[in-house]
Formats: sequence, structure tokens, C-alpha cells
Amino acid sequence: MDRKILLDKIDIPGIRSFGVFQNAGGYSAVEKALTTMSPEEVVEEVKLSGLRGRGGAGFPTGMKWSFLDRKSGKPRYLICNADESEPGTFKDRFLMEKIPHLLIEGMICSCYALGVNTGYIYVRGEYKYIIGILNEAIREAHANGFLGKDILRTGYDLELHVHSGAGAYICGEETAQIESLEGKRGNPRIKPPFPAVVGLYGCPTVVNNVETLANIGFIVNHGGGEYAGYGVGKSTGTKLISACGNINNPGVYEIEFGLSVREFLYSDKYCGGIKGGKALKAVIPGGSSVPILPAHLILQTASGEERLMTYESLADGGFVSGSMLGSGGFIVFDEEACIVRNTWNLARFYHHESCGQCSPCREGTGWMESVLHRLEHGKGRQKDIDLLVSIAGKIEGNTICPLGDAAAWPVASAIRHFRQEFEAHVEAAVCPVSQIH
Amino acid sequence: MSDREIIRPVREKEGTNVTFSPAVLEKIEKIKGRYPAGREKSALLPILHIAQEELGGYLSVDVMDYVASLLHIQPIEVYEVATFYTQYYLDPVGRHVIEVCRTGPCAICGGERISAYLAKKLNINPGETTSDGLFTLKEVECLGACGSAPVMQVNTQFYEFLTEEKIDQILEELRAQGNEDKPEKSKWIEKFF
Ligand SMILES: Cc1cc2nc3c(=O)[nH]c(=O)nc-3n(C[C@H](O)[C@H](O)[C@H](O)COP(=O)(O)O)c2cc1C
Ligand code: SF4
Ligand code: FES
Repeated sequence: MDRKILLDKIDIPGIRSFGVFQNAGGYSAVEKALTTMSPEEVVEEVKLSGLRGRGGAGFPTGMKWSFLDRKSGKPRYLICNADESEPGTFKDRFLMEKIPHLLIEGMICSCYALGVNTGYIYVRGEYKYIIGILNEAIREAHANGFLGKDILRTGYDLELHVHSGAGAYICGEETAQIESLEGKRGNPRIKPPFPAVVGLYGCPTVVNNVETLANIGFIVNHGGGEYAGYGVGKSTGTKLISACGNINNPGVYEIEFGLSVREFLYSDKYCGGIKGGKALKAVIPGGSSVPILPAHLILQTASGEERLMTYESLADGGFVSGSMLGSGGFIVFDEEACIVRNTWNLARFYHHESCGQCSPCREGTGWMESVLHRLEHGKGRQKDIDLLVSIAGKIEGNTICPLGDAAAWPVASAIRHFRQEFEAHVEAAVCPVSQIH
Repeated sequence: MSDREIIRPVREKEGTNVTFSPAVLEKIEKIKGRYPAGREKSALLPILHIAQEELGGYLSVDVMDYVASLLHIQPIEVYEVATFYTQYYLDPVGRHVIEVCRTGPCAICGGERISAYLAKKLNINPGETTSDGLFTLKEVECLGACGSAPVMQVNTQFYEFLTEEKIDQILEELRAQGNEDKPEKSKWIEKFF
């Protein structure tokens, strides 16, 4: 369970440069796709691979691509989502920094498959040095005939451009990203119409995550069937997991789907266990938006099965006793962490990042933040706990974009699994956790 | 949605003349060329980054009006964007803007203490600028570096695995640069856009 697809070459010195990357087999997928495959054949291989979007929702990539309106007569666009602002997530940054050509190669194959002649990489504004790295990679690909006009004399033209955001989590949501790329505020659009029909500049558009696109080269080279042989069940391939919090070895790891959570958390190859030999308290396994799970439920499902790093296993138990793989941001809490304080912190994040279009999200996140603030600071009442559950329930499902859900789930799940800790805050009229430490 | 949109008073015009150098204007034409004809407004976010860097460190009304004129759009289209994104500063800032992460993963790894230490060392609250005009301190949300928590960003540089000792050292280095031009100035614009 430790085969690699994305990061197997990152230790090669100089792999960030075009020459070294190409010598290591890079760009062969572009040659193969453009000279031996039709665009439809590339799409078929991606469908066969079972690849699912790595941005958080896990939607099958081949299916998403097949929704793209090819008959409109308008230009089509591919946007690479490199906004990466979900707390706990820093895998795309790692990939782009270490091996940027893997993304460029994957994007060229993807654009060819989708009949796209202009693609954009939307990078969060805080990653300015990454923008420099990507621009250099694009320049090299151009100079070597892999971008521009008549690529490899196949008659196919493609330009890729880097675009910078400017500090707004919501611009990771695909329709907000499109608005932002058009030079506007990042207000998500009402769907339908979906971007596959009406996207950037009103044209059919696919938005895919960095990691999703970085997988395409392998799929072209080795075939979707071989890709599907990695992982287990409907979780095919590998996943980049960014691990952080109270662990010995924070960092980005490529895991093959199916590794057990226990091994990921405790093996020295990965997280290396809890820092300072403390006990595990909880994990948010997929970025701040997914439900938090207490120690016993992250290692095992409610039915006592070993919990695995797969879409299905992490979601086992639904919202009662499960969570989600999300973006792969694995946040670990030791026994000394205060769940109430962290929940307040995240509520503040979502309140700050709400675009403000929908009242349930705009107002609800604000209320959750202030109620959690008073609970954490010893001014809460017992009925505040149910009040929070009620606010979260009223946001969930009642908004234009999923940020509302993303704000509601962490609060609802923290109370579901750690209600006693919330109650203790009210009883002690002070944060009992930070009192101890 | 940041609170500043609601509580911001209407700003007086500063009334100073602002223009980019010919070299920067050339760069901006290149950036506009990345978007389809008629869609040059797409270049607004990148150009605002450059404007902030080149024209005084923050986006005054005059700077925003100037950017609007470059893109042939209404000033309001620039204001609404500039007020939405947290990386655009609407008020004057110090020479070095220190942006320290306050979000969950950093907070559980000592981020709150680091932020408090910075405030104490600089003798200002988050959002304020030191009286010598050298430092502005801001608390920001997750910087995408949670694996190296606690973290902060100064100008375009990440500082990771922060400790109090490290902060002493970083502040000293930044102070030594004093009010000279930022060393990476224009370099980052060259590379990044
Ligand atoms: C509030 C919010 C923030 C998001 N942030 C990101 C992000 O930073 N990066 C990303 O790839 N997807 C993000 N997404 C998911 C995107 O909307 C979209 O589903 C994804 O980019 C599709 O790519 P994929 O199918 O390759 O995963 C976000 C979604 C929401 C609702
Ligand atoms: S759910 Fe929140 S972030 Fe999404 S559109 Fe509504 S107000 Fe904006
Ligand atoms: S939480 Fe601080 S960088 Fe992500």
C-alpha cells in the first residue's frame, strides 16, 4: 500500500526544471496523447481510471469532463484550482513547488482532451513564490514546444496563464473562482447553470484541482485500467495527505488509498505519532470543513472495523459517526487541545470568509462565532449548546454554495462528539482545558 | 466578508497624482494580453497587487481610480474588488507587513502565543502600525503552511516553525533593512506576473 504516482520523482535533484523532468520521463504523456490518441480516447481513459476530484468533493473527473458542452461553438476553458485555502490543506503548494511540470504536463493533456486552447491556473495570492515557479515552468514548456502554437506539429494550440487571487477562501469554490478570474468579487453563482455549460466568460468551463490534474499524465501513459489498480474500490489511485497539528512529522505524504488511519497516524513513515508522547484526542481528517472525530471513531468505525484512508471508509457512519476525506487536510489534536476553542476559531474563520450573499451563512456564521466565543470565555449558558446546533442546522442546505455547510458541520460535529466539554465550559464559567495547562 | 466593508467610512480623495513607470506599464499590457479581447477586466486582481507594491504600499482612492482608467472600467468596479480581498490594504501600512496566521491548525501548535509575542515585541495590537512606520501587524487566516505551524508571512516571504527566538531574529533583520527599498521589490513583480 505504498506505491506512488505523483511524488515518486521529487527527490531527483533539479526535478523542478524542464530538462531534468523530461529526462525522468516527463512530457511523454503529452507526446502520447497528442500524437497517438484522440481527445475522446483521453477522456475515456480518465473515466476508466476512476479518478475522483482531489479538491474536496471527490466527484469523478471523467464524468465531469463528459458534461462539458462541446457543441456551443464557444471557446472552452480549463481552470486549475490552486486556491488551496482550506485550513489544514497544503498539498497543492507542495506539489507545485517541488514538481511544477507534473501539473503543466497534466494540464496540457487535459486541455487537449477537453478541446481547450486557453487554460488558467488560479493561485491564491499568498503563494506568490509559487506563481514565480509556475511561470518559469510555463516558459520552459513554451521554449521546448509543449505550449504555444502547433504543439509537436500536431496543429494543436494551447496557452496556459497563471492568475493570482488576493486572499479570499471563497474563491476556491469553483463559481466564485470564475467570478474572481473575471476581475470581480468572489461571489459564488447560483447553479444551474453549471460551469460545464456556462462558466468563464459565459463559456463552457471545467474547474479541476491541482492534484487531480497532476494525475492525468500517469493515466495517459499507463492507461486508466492500470491507474484503477491502485487503491481500493471506488477510491482509486493515490492521495496527497497534508498532515498537521500535534504530531511528530507534519508534512505532505502520498498514500495509496487503503492505508489504515492507524498506520498513517502512528507509523514513523507518516505522522510518527502524537507529539510529546501524548494521547490522541481527535482528528479532522479532510480539511477544516469536514466533521471532527474523536480518537476512538477515527481509528475504528462505529461497527468496529479498522478505519481506512479512503473516501468510503472515512465517510462510514455518515455524520453520526463518520467524516469525510475532503481535501486531505489531516489535522490532529492531542489530549490538551480544547475542542471548544478550536470550534470557535473555525467558526470565526467561516464568518470571516463568508461572501455575505446568503443570510443564513452571513448571519449564521456570525452568531456561531459569537456564541462560541462566549462559551469559550466562560460566559456561556447550557442552552447555548443547543442554540449552536439549531443555528448550524438552519445554515446547512439553505445557501447558494457549500461554504454554509462547511461552516455548519464542524460546529455540529464538535458538539455531537464533545458535548461534555462544552457543558464543562459552562459549569466552570471558564475554559477548563486552558485552566489545566 | 470582512467587517471593514461595513464599518469603512467614505474616504476623501487624496488628490495626488499616481502613475506607473513605463516598464511597469509594459508589464501590465502583457498581463492584459493573457485574457480574451474585451475581457481585460480579468487583469484587475494582478494589477491591484502590482499597484499596491509600486504605488505606496496600499490602495488609495487615487490609485484605484488610476487602475480603473487603465482597464477602462468604472472606479466602483475597482472599489468593490479592493474591499473584498484581504490582501489589498485600504489604509497606509508600515514598511513591512507582518501577517501572522491565526487559524485552527496554527493555533493548536502555539500560534496564539506567537501572535501575542509579536504584539508585545512591537508594542501594537493586530491591525496597527508601529510609530516608526516600520511594521504593521495583521492576523490572517490559514496561509497554506499548516505543516510548519506556527507561521507568518512578511511581504512575500514565509517564516515557518516560529519560536520567540526566531521572531526576535527576524524582527532584527527586518529592522536592519530599515526604510530601504524592500530587497525583493520589482524582483517579485518580474517573476510573479
Ligand atoms: C468554500 C469552498 C472552498 C473550496 N476551496 C477549494 C480549493 O481551495 N481548492 C480546490 O481545488 N477546490 C476547492 N473547492 C472545491 C471546488 O469548488 C471544486 O469542486 C473543485 O475545484 C473541483 O475540482 P476537482 O473536481 O478536481 O476536485 C472549494 C469549495 C468550496 C465550497
Ligand atoms: S453560502 Fe456563504 S459563502 Fe456561499 S454564497 Fe452564500 S453567503 Fe456566500
Ligand atoms: S492554519 Fe496557519 S497556515 Fe494553515
